Amino acid sequence: MVEIGHFALVLAFALALVQTVVPLYGARTGNDRMMAVAGPVAVTGFALTAISFLALAAAYALSDFSVQSVWENSHSLQPLIFKITGTWGNHEGSMLLWVLILTFFGALVAAFGTNLPATLKANVLAVQGSIGAAFFLFILATSNPFIRLNPAPIEGRDLNPILQDFGLAVHPPLLYLGYVGFSICFSFSVAALIDGRIDASWARWVRPWTLVAWMFLTGGIAVGSYWAYYELGWGGFWFWDPVENASFMPWLAGTALLHSAIVMEKRSALKIWTLLLAILTFSLSLLGTFLVRSGVLTSVHAFATDPTRGVFILGILMLFIGGSLALFAWRASALTAGGLFHPISREGALVLNNLFLTTATATVLIGTLYPLLLEAVSSDKISVGAPFFNLTFGPLMVPLLVMVPFGPLLAWKRGDIVAVAQRLMAAFAAAIVASLVTAFFIDGASAFAVVGVGLAFWLVFGSLTDLAVKSGFGNVGVGALFRRFIGLPRSIFGTALAHMGLGLTVLGIVGALSFGTEKILSMHTGETVELSGHTVRFDGLFPDKGPNYSEDRARFELVGENGKTIGEIHSAKRFYPVRQMTTTESGIKTIGFSQLYISLGDEGTDGSVVVRLWWKPLVTLIWLGALVMMAGAAMSLMDRRLRVGAPSRRRAKTPAAVAASTP
Amino acid sequence: MRMKAALTWLVLFSALFFSGSAFAVKPDEMLANPVLEARARHISEGLRCMVCQNQSIDESDADLARDLRLLVRERLTAGDSDAQVIDYVVSRYGEFVLLKPRLSMHTILLWAAPLVLLFAGGLAVFFSARSRRREAPSLSPEEQARLEAILHKN
Repeated sequence: MVEIGHFALVLAFALALVQTVVPLYGARTGNDRMMAVAGPVAVTGFALTAISFLALAAAYALSDFSVQSVWENSHSLQPLIFKITGTWGNHEGSMLLWVLILTFFGALVAAFGTNLPATLKANVLAVQGSIGAAFFLFILATSNPFIRLNPAPIEGRDLNPILQDFGLAVHPPLLYLGYVGFSICFSFSVAALIDGRIDASWARWVRPWTLVAWMFLTGGIAVGSYWAYYELGWGGFWFWDPVENASFMPWLAGTALLHSAIVMEKRSALKIWTLLLAILTFSLSLLGTFLVRSGVLTSVHAFATDPTRGVFILGILMLFIGGSLALFAWRASALTAGGLFHPISREGALVLNNLFLTTATATVLIGTLYPLLLEAVSSDKISVGAPFFNLTFGPLMVPLLVMVPFGPLLAWKRGDIVAVAQRLMAAFAAAIVASLVTAFFIDGASAFAVVGVGLAFWLVFGSLTDLAVKSGFGNVGVGALFRRFIGLPRSIFGTALAHMGLGLTVLGIVGALSFGTEKILSMHTGETVELSGHTVRFDGLFPDKGPNYSEDRARFELVGENGKTIGEIHSAKRFYPVRQMTTTESGIKTIGFSQLYISLGDEGTDGSVVVRLWWKPLVTLIWLGALVMMAGAAMSLMDRRLRVGAPSRRRAKTPAAVAASTP
Repeated sequence: MRMKAALTWLVLFSALFFSGSAFAVKPDEMLANPVLEARARHISEGLRCMVCQNQSIDESDADLARDLRLLVRERLTAGDSDAQVIDYVVSRYGEFVLLKPRLSMHTILLWAAPLVLLFAGGLAVFFSARSRRREAPSLSPEEQARLEAILHKN
């Protein structure tokens, strides 16, 4: 089975080479049959990669310790789910997941792209194939998951305990679907550059793909954030860590791409910029892969400390980013810009959106790489941490968030800013009231809190205003209003939901950061502590055993006003003997949108235990907001006008193609 | 990706320093004076734990972070201002310890980047919009005449 997987992987690599060379040559020479190779090869390549992946997953599920990767990252006592998710809980397996998703997207284009112009399809699949080939080679040469051990060890070394969590089942697949999903936009852009033109079907295809990738990336980042929040035991949800930034940069650039693709699709303006942005977005995904996989950020990175991998990925990075940008510089002038618009218009608003989002992306990029670059050129060591990003990224977001509700309400080509402002009066009033309430009724509210709450309400009510205006609120009767509301295009709901989700996330961030409270103390059994109006009693520590760990579980009771128990919170410290590691399992009680969070520290000699408690108001809105954003993207995807697919029309064969196919 | 970062430092600590507790500031370190303690916490959030990947000493569990936390509290109790405490720590550990780098010759690019980029981007947008409007094809006199002719024919 393992050898079948290994063999399938080698075959997939060979096919990726075929997928790169043959269709590309076919498209250049106008050979239809060579171009037609791309589709079946892409589908077969995906099937082979899937076989390879399943073979590895089976080795993990069956605890086949004769495979080195399984031996290093699994244990026979692990619950089955963690055995399976362990497949991608390590460098080799996660790279295999990466190429699996890459070939999956390629196969999707091959299967559903029947109405794409033949040369475009051939070029897209060829570019997609070339990315695949590079990464297949990377896996086979430096990170082969199928290496056998002889003699086979009897027991494995266990998956890292922190990864033995449901988060591992969801976070990497979602994140990779997002990261790698942008490869399709990249391939389309490079294909357009090779072709030297962008037509209507290009825009129609790129936007849904961007939406899909963006939706998954949003989910992946949100899951990662929540996972870190509950697993790390100190209640932070975003750390501006370089590895985190690596996933955040493609998200920011992808958000910009999403918006510029709208302009391109609807108004055929900003073509060249959209194309560049698509290239940059996937380049940032590749950069993220490099940063995380090469270990360049830190010498102690758990996954990859082997420099050969880093150099290999750096090569891939330079080849694809450098190559595509060079191609862009060379060919972009051949593309025609189209669509004129007045600065005050929907297009104008989306340009501003792009300006701020790309500046924010660049800020994160510079902040992440600056210490590395500075050390390389001057050997000065500095740190760029959360305070820097809060001070630079934060202020960049404020004007952007202020502008958000204006965008969807402005007309295309030439908008009336005064009329839009009048329509937004109600949302503005809601924001002002929310800010004033925050300022006067909440003790110690900072300026950040006042502005943040106002912005959050502005976003939420701004998106509601958009829906209301477009259903004809104030102009038609209730019945007609309802009918028009139901009949609104799904993409309008999508926009409103996504913007509303953003508002909810902002509210959650502001709530948790500004109004949260914290207590650190030593507690004895039976002692109570009060935090922001919640009384918590410590019932004691109880030893417990899991399949591959032992734990000390602390039970806390949430005591109501009448002294009765209204809830239990369990917080534990687990010890995994195989890796000799301790993890914390924080106890979380969700009350409304807020959470009470308890984490355990050292035990004292007198039977007391150090306890850290947080009250995190509205914190769940951070991730619920992300869910709402994803729902918005899903809603947009369901819009009939945007359903994945190009306008069905038969494309006349080019003279060259006709000539080539007639003997 | 977040988890991988998490993984890094947890793996590191578990191997080197793990003491079993999940978080940093411990009750026995805290100062009795709540004002001073609040200042200590605030300062700690801006100081890097030198042996960690991207953590402040307020968050870190490493021994070095604990030493730094105690040092900060010692200086505060001795009557130092916040700035003096930070200067003292920097004088001992270098600028690497600051999570918010100071504005200086070698960080000017870092700090200026957001504003410069926003400004440059804004200019680019402005000029490209202007040049595009100028390029906008208007009818030449002959075309205008032909248009008139066509319109009048009907």
